[in-house]
Amino acid sequence: MQQFIAYTIIGLTIGAIYALASSGLVLTYVTSGVFNIAHGAIGMISAFVYWQIRFDWGVSAPLALLIVLGVFCPLLGMFIERFVLRDLGAANEVTRLTVTVALMAGLIGAAAWIWPPDARSAFRGFFEGNVITVLGVNIGMNKIIALVSAVIVAVLLRYLLFNTRLGVQMRAVVDDRDLAELNGARPNQISSASWAMGSVLAGYAGILLAAEVQLNIIPLTLLVINAYAAAILGRLKSLLYTFVGAMVLGLLEAYLLWTSGSSWFPKSFFGFNTGGLRQAAPTIFLFICLLALPQAKLRAGMVRVAQRSREPKWSTSVLGSVVLIVGVIALTALLTRANTIFLAQCLLFALAVLSLVPLTGYSGLVSLAPLTFAGLGAVFMAKLPGNGSVLTLVAAVAIVALIGAVVALPALRLEGIYLALATGAFALLVSTLIFNQQKVFPNGSLDVPRLRFFGVDFQQPREKVIMLSVVFAAVSLMLVAIRRSGLGRQMVAMKDSPLAGAMLGMNLLKVKTVAFALSAAIASLAGALDAGKVPPDRYSLDSSLPILLLAIVGGISSIGGAFFGGVMLGTNTVMATAIPSLANIAKVTPGFIGMTLGRNVNGVSAQIGDGFRPMVEHRPSVIVAIVGPVVFWTLTTVDIVSNWQFFGLLFMWALGTIGLLPAILGGTSEMRRVLVPLTIAGLIAGFVSTTVDLPTGGRMLCLIVAATVVVQAARRKMEPNAPAAPVHSPDFAGLTTPFSARELQEVDDAIGVVP
Amino acid sequence: MSIDPILELRSVSAAHGSIEVLHNVDIQVGKGEVVALLGPNGAGKTTTIKVACGLMRPTSGSLHVAGQDVTGVPANALARVGVCTIPEGRGIFPNLSVRDNIIMAARDRAGIAVIEDRSYARFPILKERRDQLAGTLSGGQQQMLSLARGLATDPVVLMLDEMSMGLAPLVVAELYEQVTAIAESGVSVLVVEQFARTVLGVADSAVVLSHGHVRFVGPAGDLDDETLSRAYLGS
Repeated sequence: MQQFIAYTIIGLTIGAIYALASSGLVLTYVTSGVFNIAHGAIGMISAFVYWQIRFDWGVSAPLALLIVLGVFCPLLGMFIERFVLRDLGAANEVTRLTVTVALMAGLIGAAAWIWPPDARSAFRGFFEGNVITVLGVNIGMNKIIALVSAVIVAVLLRYLLFNTRLGVQMRAVVDDRDLAELNGARPNQISSASWAMGSVLAGYAGILLAAEVQLNIIPLTLLVINAYAAAILGRLKSLLYTFVGAMVLGLLEAYLLWTSGSSWFPKSFFGFNTGGLRQAAPTIFLFICLLALPQAKLRAGMVRVAQRSREPKWSTSVLGSVVLIVGVIALTALLTRANTIFLAQCLLFALAVLSLVPLTGYSGLVSLAPLTFAGLGAVFMAKLPGNGSVLTLVAAVAIVALIGAVVALPALRLEGIYLALATGAFALLVSTLIFNQQKVFPNGSLDVPRLRFFGVDFQQPREKVIMLSVVFAAVSLMLVAIRRSGLGRQMVAMKDSPLAGAMLGMNLLKVKTVAFALSAAIASLAGALDAGKVPPDRYSLDSSLPILLLAIVGGISSIGGAFFGGVMLGTNTVMATAIPSLANIAKVTPGFIGMTLGRNVNGVSAQIGDGFRPMVEHRPSVIVAIVGPVVFWTLTTVDIVSNWQFFGLLFMWALGTIGLLPAILGGTSEMRRVLVPLTIAGLIAGFVSTTVDLPTGGRMLCLIVAATVVVQAARRKMEPNAPAAPVHSPDFAGLTTPFSARELQEVDDAIGVVP
Repeated sequence: MSIDPILELRSVSAAHGSIEVLHNVDIQVGKGEVVALLGPNGAGKTTTIKVACGLMRPTSGSLHVAGQDVTGVPANALARVGVCTIPEGRGIFPNLSVRDNIIMAARDRAGIAVIEDRSYARFPILKERRDQLAGTLSGGQQQMLSLARGLATDPVVLMLDEMSMGLAPLVVAELYEQVTAIAESGVSVLVVEQFARTVLGVADSAVVLSHGHVRFVGPAGDLDDETLSRAYLGS
């Protein structure tokens, strides 16, 4: 009995912290319409800031708490609202979700950068050591504070949202921003206020939680994810159900902790350790809550042309594939062994990103688990008989595709954020229950065999890279074929308007299942072809996030975008390995790149594509554009130009020259007079900056500066008369207050209206 | 002595991105006057309203309220000084209760009771439904809600965009009775309608737009069928 009371109280305090975190989540969702995946990360970073102020600088607890919750959290929330989310008006739900995923990745990276693990000391809760005895059980003050503040916050929030004008305005802004403005509300300030409040709640929960689990980045971030389960139980609306859900979740966790310690609890199940079950309990709860949600209503599509999905042309796709393969063959002739391995890494990332193209790009379904399927692919490649034969690969891919379809089936009733969360929960479950098993990843690493193909075993990195480029090209062409077929049109139609699709007799369930299976199959290729010893955390949820981010940043609905995203991610990883001083920056770049989506919802490749479109449509330019790299390559193979100089020339050619070709070849002579010297100067700058003896980072910096100068100068030349932005008129001095009765009377008198 | 009109658009041009959809449009709404803004689909009526209420900034020209140049002033500031707009498509917050919708119009805490009383007095049905979600009201009731809420703020100018869209003729007649009453109390009204017949009965003057140009300005009575059909059919 004594034990039961003790565990009940533990459960209630855990529940109280979840309640604080999830009510903050519900607040931001209800008041800004954005489901903040980064909510946990905000709590995590606040706990670190609190630790810094309280324990590292030795400020007293109340003052430290005031600084974190009164200054840091509100400012962080307002900053996020202003600079990350406000410009997202035209973006769809996928993009909005991704931006908060980016935020999460960015904050995790920032925390790992600022507070390396060895620099952290113990985190103590409030009044540590003081205990209160309730019914014979000792409870720490930190837990009492958590419980009391959760109740107070719940009551206050309820009052704020439903009984104050600010609360009504907050909810109104989500419904219709323009209309709220027409009713005299200030939407920007209101969103800002609600994000400030949401951050404060996240931060407070983070601090309370850190006292219980200490300062660990990933557990702190993910533990608050558990609070999502509670918020989902409240359908992201009801604060009462959210509170109840948080308490149930807390108790569930406490009782599992109790029972799993008892002797009768099985320690293993078919050779699988059941220890992970307790850790996975909140995730399972989240999964069940999501599945218990009612079927998503079919909605008619919103007409939004901000995000485009162009049907790929066969000619460009085939040309692109050939250029990729030939380019890789030519490039590997120059590269060192180490760089070739990096290139292979880039292509594997690109393949993982490509798996999201049919799922997220075509069908509009968000998945947070691309690498989970890659991990499963690796597991089957290693465990199935055949030791890397082509048949093993085919079997592994087929099994993972099947798993993708089966796992997707229950989740298919869901949409948008709910679907994304379900895939996230799936990723966490597979990580804790399968990948972390001794049986699956013995001693924390899995030995994936190399693929053997008619006697070739791809032992040399060069062979492997060429094989990967062929696989990437083949999968891409298959996707192009699918996109241009009836199935592809159905996928895009489903993304635009599921309702209209269903009315036309489309089987949405079938289309969704196929999209999931296809995506799982492509992702499993990325895992199965990644031969060597791999650790399980390569396939964890937090590794999957950058994949989704860069897919969306690159431009999810196009293959070029996927390639771009993969290469960017690969370069980032390579940079972190090759230049240790940049490793910290590499941790935060995917997150910060993702956050810029607000300004560019179509992805980078679409923007670059727009810049290059005039070139593609101008035949002489295409020829010159291809001849350039061939000339550089030839010069390099006969050792006139060094590898670095080749890279510099190629870089300037791609960024500073190709886009200007139509203007040079087809433009006026006056334009040519400026642009020709400019491009030549750019190429010389690229050549020189890679010739001087500088460290790698310095050379890259020179190249980027040179390219920027050329592009900016050319842009100024080509758009000489860009329209100036309209200037805001301050002529509003007389109308800061409503008209008074007397003023209205004067107007009435002046025009002779009898009131 | 002449007085400035309450609401005036002076040679306003406006563009969606790089496409100009309004070309030098002049509109004046005097005190207590009902002006009908007519025109076919895509004529620029809704854009005109968006400029007039401050949601859209004109690319050239200026917006004046009671003689003051208010070009570029945000819509919420205009709303607070009495420019009341009921946008196309009902203009309610569907996920808020009827009462919450009405509270949105209150400028401060004390104002809530006053606004509620006035709204319920105008349309008693709203009082019965006050705890219902506004999105679950019928179309006519939704339009009553937005009209009641707008009028409870004592506006100086009232702008109505396509109020009759999708409503039964009887309901439309009831709503326009209210509009006439409002105008008689001295509020200036700018009504946008695609179907001229519904509004010409209550309007003092009319402006006909087509392809972003003003085709006719004058007393509502002077607007003959030929001018209208020319604007609508482009012949």
